[in-house]
Amino acid sequence: MSPAAFIVIAILTLAGAFAAASLSKLIHAALCLVVAFVGIAAFFFLLGAEFVGLVQVFVYVGAVAVLIVFTILLTRRADENTAGFNWGGVAIALAVFAGLLWAILQTPELSVAAPPIEALTVKRIGEALMTDYVWPLQCVGLLLTVALVGGLILVMDEKR
Amino acid sequence: MTPTLTLFLVISAALFCIGLLATLSRRNAIFILIGIEMMLAAANLNFIAFWRFGSQTQSPTGVMVAIFSIAIAAAEAAVGLALVIAVYRHYRTTNVDKLDHLKG
Repeated sequence: MSPAAFIVIAILTLAGAFAAASLSKLIHAALCLVVAFVGIAAFFFLLGAEFVGLVQVFVYVGAVAVLIVFTILLTRRADENTAGFNWGGVAIALAVFAGLLWAILQTPELSVAAPPIEALTVKRIGEALMTDYVWPLQCVGLLLTVALVGGLILVMDEKR
Repeated sequence: MTPTLTLFLVISAALFCIGLLATLSRRNAIFILIGIEMMLAAANLNFIAFWRFGSQTQSPTGVMVAIFSIAIAAAEAAVGLALVIAVYRHYRTTNVDKLDHLKG
């Protein structure tokens, strides 16, 4: 795990995330969100979870970002004076960050280097999904079906 | 200096708080959904980091939780954006401050 790669990915991710949260144009924010998601996928690769990184790219960059862009397109005529910033939210976010940072830095057990591990192959993930995690897998399948049908019903034409 | 678990947790906490900021301080419903997605991604980063730095067991629990979390986040995004479109059709706005018709 090289420090240079870590620093570059960290800057890319945090800059993309902050731009997504603070830009006033929705479409620019959606594109910056894609940058942040690619950065998180790069973190997953850096941590040795290549499969999760690929899933992150497929699901977030491929599907969720496209969904967000289409929603922006469909709600285009919405009033644009939504740029107002609620400073109470900023204060709460800073307070939460300070609390989390304090808790993390108070715990010396966390400052460990990564132990060597055997590579996590897709075969091992597939075996775990089909043995230990088969019930959660079925539940997620059911959940995705219900979410698909529910999403369709929500956007169906109201006049019928 | 190699990246330690502390650094990953700090990055993840920063990402979570940026998502919280977008959720709490923006007026547009789509921005709120973007913030929620960011917070979920930060949680996934935590799961993977703890899996990588923790003691290795037989089944890769942290990776499994992250995969299920991504699937659930995708379902949440689909339903949330469908709700935004339905609300927009009804009220012609996505400004959450104007959706106060349930106020007594």
